[in-house]
Amino acid sequence: MKFNSGPTFYICRLPAFMFMLVSLISFEVFANPHEYMLANGLKIVVKEDHRSPVVISQIWYKVGSIDELNGTTGVAHVLEHMMFKGTKNISSGEFSKKIAAVGGRDNAFTSRDYTGYFQQLHKSKLALAMKLEADRMRNLILTEEEFAKEIKVVMEERRLRTDDQPHALVYEKMMSVAYQSHPYRRPIIGWMNDLENMTVGDAQEWYDRWYAPNNAVLVLVGDVDPKEVYSLAQKYYGEIESRPIASLAVRKPQTEVTQAGIKRLQIKAPAQMPYLVMGYHAPVLHDASADWEPYALQMLVGVLDGNGSARLNKELVRNQQIASSINADYDSTGRGPGMFFLSGTPSEGRSAAELESALRIEIERLIDAGVTEKELRRVRAQVVSSHVFQLDSMFYQAMQIGQLESVGLSYRDLDTIIKKLQAVTAEQVREVAIKYLIDDSLTVAVLDPQPLEQRSVIPSSIRLRH
Amino acid sequence: MVLLQSIGCFLALFFGIYSQWTLAALPIQHWQASSGAQVYFVESHGLPILDISVDFSAGSSADIPEKSGCASLTLQLLDLGAGGLSEDKISKSLADVGAQLSARFDRDRAGVLLRTLSNKNERNKALDIFSKVIQYPEFPENALKREKARVISGLKEAKTKPGYIARRTLNNMLYGIHPYGLRSSGEVDTLNELQRNDLVDFYQANYSAVNSVISIMGDVSRSEAAAIAEALSKNLPQGGTLNISPPVTEPVSGTKRIVHPATQSHILLAYPGLKRNDPDYYPLLVGNYILGGGGFASRLMEEIRQKRGLAYSVYSGFYPLKQAGPFQISLQTKKEQSEEALMITQKVLSDFVAEGPTEKELAAAKGNIVGGFPLRIDSNKKIMEYLAVIGFYNLPLTYLGDYVSAVDNVTVAQIKDAFQRRIPPERMVAVVVGAIEKE
Repeated sequence: MKFNSGPTFYICRLPAFMFMLVSLISFEVFANPHEYMLANGLKIVVKEDHRSPVVISQIWYKVGSIDELNGTTGVAHVLEHMMFKGTKNISSGEFSKKIAAVGGRDNAFTSRDYTGYFQQLHKSKLALAMKLEADRMRNLILTEEEFAKEIKVVMEERRLRTDDQPHALVYEKMMSVAYQSHPYRRPIIGWMNDLENMTVGDAQEWYDRWYAPNNAVLVLVGDVDPKEVYSLAQKYYGEIESRPIASLAVRKPQTEVTQAGIKRLQIKAPAQMPYLVMGYHAPVLHDASADWEPYALQMLVGVLDGNGSARLNKELVRNQQIASSINADYDSTGRGPGMFFLSGTPSEGRSAAELESALRIEIERLIDAGVTEKELRRVRAQVVSSHVFQLDSMFYQAMQIGQLESVGLSYRDLDTIIKKLQAVTAEQVREVAIKYLIDDSLTVAVLDPQPLEQRSVIPSSIRLRH
Repeated sequence: MVLLQSIGCFLALFFGIYSQWTLAALPIQHWQASSGAQVYFVESHGLPILDISVDFSAGSSADIPEKSGCASLTLQLLDLGAGGLSEDKISKSLADVGAQLSARFDRDRAGVLLRTLSNKNERNKALDIFSKVIQYPEFPENALKREKARVISGLKEAKTKPGYIARRTLNNMLYGIHPYGLRSSGEVDTLNELQRNDLVDFYQANYSAVNSVISIMGDVSRSEAAAIAEALSKNLPQGGTLNISPPVTEPVSGTKRIVHPATQSHILLAYPGLKRNDPDYYPLLVGNYILGGGGFASRLMEEIRQKRGLAYSVYSGFYPLKQAGPFQISLQTKKEQSEEALMITQKVLSDFVAEGPTEKELAAAKGNIVGGFPLRIDSNKKIMEYLAVIGFYNLPLTYLGDYVSAVDNVTVAQIKDAFQRRIPPERMVAVVVGAIEKE
């Protein structure tokens, strides 16, 4: 069973940290989060979970690649890397070493909408984590020398994760076509040319403009006393001054221009099998109580692809055997406009065009005949269980809070979200399919595989080291 | 079934009543089911969740070369028709109660995992399906044909990927004709030849009760757990012999360079490393943290990434198995600088082996491994993973507590000595995929 939202890319500082994407469908009814606000505008959300003597501390900055401008794409993520390069109080690399030395883990991530940093450690070490995190909110030192090395690391990251990954390339190029005016058209990691020409000054500007307590949310989940957390936060973050930063509500909306007809693109890359991605513009959640379409779209994903016998897998992989894998994806939250994805790999001997036709027939079938109450009940059962299962992970719980807070919603919406998902009707699922799965807002991207030549092995050599 | 490679209403919350596991005292209960299956159980009522895994000694090393891929396909087909239920019925019934079925597969192990809500209604329905999947798989012909085609297509795709080519080449160099050298998915040729009978025979021989370990974690009582273990194992195949892989022999050292159009080179180095019950387990484990396992605290990360910006990811690791699992170093770098990166990596390794770590490095490593121990058992899922490992490799029930004190007792001299005996830098096997072409 899957309730992930695939195409929402995250970029993490360390590859060992595998991001499990958290989607709306698994939100929890919170029994206990505690909320505080410091005078400088830093919001703090603490959720107690006393199953183990550990805590996860995350700081979320409301800035991501969506806020970037042409010419410096990727700077949000580059700055995230530079945040580990020392402050006026600690030297480069010391942050992670200090956390590691007390048994902690730390990492960071950049998405289109936000940038986050976290430490996970024994509860007795929370003060250290908070002290270090607060320090780099204000005291970061960016040098030419460190920047010159780290920008090379980021370029290697781009090669590893995008340039040499045919499917990732397809998504990158597809997004830049599907969105014409909205900044979601630019990759989080940035265009290579922008990385090659980025300067330490670009990173400094980014830091100065966006990193301040009033543009951040501190989220803690674990075996902690909320009042003690509040005092610690007051102690370490309290002195940092706020800066004039536009809140999410008043930043320029950058509405995507209306698409006026289907868009198609083809991407050549070294691969064996073709790959198809279809993306339809779709809304995201703005008002958790009043909106209904994003919930219906989320349930539609469940009906199409929520389990092994959901429509797409059953029909296209198992029965017709036209696809060797198939996916439906939709992320119902985000600061910018949403997108509903269908994607898949054709079976050997079948083409991307055939797979596209087969997918279209499934959509038509759904629109003509609607979905059954049985299918919906099945998706609801999965909403309930995955929401319970995620309570097993403190990390997830913190991610859920942070994500909602960072895209203009509130962790307090979680209860509403679950209820509204449960209340979606079969007719609503059909309605959103009719309204949004239309050619005029569709982009179709196809990977055109370029076979590798048969190359021989370069003669081996025994390399001795002394 | 989704294969995970092993390197993975709303409830009222009663905070504060959960028992916290202390380091040495994870209360593991162990018994043998009447079928002969070994059962490991931790009772925990903190969340209304039940996690179960059933593991068999039926990983890729249980394959024979001419039927390579049989082990993996057998596991993959378990839930595609069982106990009179169609694949459609199986996945729908599980989804109806919100249960999740998954699988893990490596050289030693084939495992099936169930996660379900612990309420009686949901739990019983999920367990009923789970029990059929494990004990009455039918291996339908049409599912076999389809899954073979999917695996072959995936394999052909994988063979174009530089990382995959590198791992495969390295594995061949490292293990040669040892069963650990077999490709986990099988080969296109062997897959094409596999018949339903092969899977049935493999299942009968390798999925026997005496060969199984059942791990149960979560919201059931001991007596319920006992009944579950009985129901899950009483109709497993009887008899069966334990798969024992032969010892791993010394590989032929050398470096292979393979051309690839990717922008980066994938560089891998390896040598046979640790067995699960290895006397050098702790010195090598702690030493590896310092060498390349400890992220930004490690020497490889410092030299390759922090000082020179040569790679995004660089690490070393031991992957202990029944026989010597790989010790492996891995990085990717822009093609033009691959030889430089390889040379620096080899130098970091040989310096470490020659000189050992410093006292300061050792203290930091212990701080991390010992201090970070609570993070390793802070969820039901993680605890279940440990139960499965303890059971499968027949480790003592006190393994987790022993682990902490064993790490704490490791000395600089022990690390240096163990690395010098076990990891000879000049005898490693290495591969560079995406090497610079030479005329």
